[in-house]
Amino acid sequence: MRVGLEAFVMLATALFAVGLFGALSKRSAIMVLMSLELMANAVNILLVAASRYVTPATMDGWFFAVFSLVVSAAEIGLGLSLVLALYRKVRTAELDRLDTLKG
Amino acid sequence: MPDVNPVAFVVLAALALGGAVMTVLTRNVVHAAFWLLEVLVATAGLYLVLSAEFIALVQLMVYAGAVSVLVLFVIMLTLRRREDSVRTRDLSWPVAAMSAVLAVAIAYVTRALPVPAPERAAQPDVAAFGHALFTRWVLPFEIASGILLVALVGAVWWAGRGEEL
Repeated sequence: MRVGLEAFVMLATALFAVGLFGALSKRSAIMVLMSLELMANAVNILLVAASRYVTPATMDGWFFAVFSLVVSAAEIGLGLSLVLALYRKVRTAELDRLDTLKG
Repeated sequence: MPDVNPVAFVVLAALALGGAVMTVLTRNVVHAAFWLLEVLVATAGLYLVLSAEFIALVQLMVYAGAVSVLVLFVIMLTLRRREDSVRTRDLSWPVAAMSAVLAVAIAYVTRALPVPAPERAAQPDVAAFGHALFTRWVLPFEIASGILLVALVGAVWWAGRGEEL
């Protein structure tokens, strides 16, 4: 039995859906950031797998995956520092308590 | 077609998926951070199965090493009492249904897509990867370093300011 690209597509899709569910349903800002990390992770798995199956010689998808790793590392760092700055100001990291702009 | 070990793939995929579900479902934020760490390590295993050794190493160092520690730090800094880490279950069924529909839709659409055969079979190696990174991909590489520098300065500026905010 050989593992095809379809198996990786299914795995990445499932991981992305779980991350999307977490990102949209959680009320803690940190949990939302962790779920975003899950989604970015799913995309990276797909990039690495597709490159291994389709362009093994030039490894194009691997470079995409490396740059995507860089961007999501920067994103999680900025996101967490934003959560910290927000926590200093309003003393909470709960997203549904941030309702200053709510009419 | 690359030779992917089916047993290793099934074990690592189950670990990644189970960990992801536990990250979302657990009520304790600290436990969620550790489940996320487990998912990231299993992902590094998946990269190894795909013979992407360099990316697996980067994944372990950057994600399992740095990002999960950063997440834990912020969790600890934003909890006032130990009990605050246990949260009420905040799951919404419409969002669950929407995510499931999206997953099924993606699976349905990609099922019919043909997988093009590679022009030539090749075993990727780290030396070729590094050579290409500093020749063909050198401009994105420099832009990535710029992004990291800007993100570093921005994170320090945001998080480092004191109470005068």
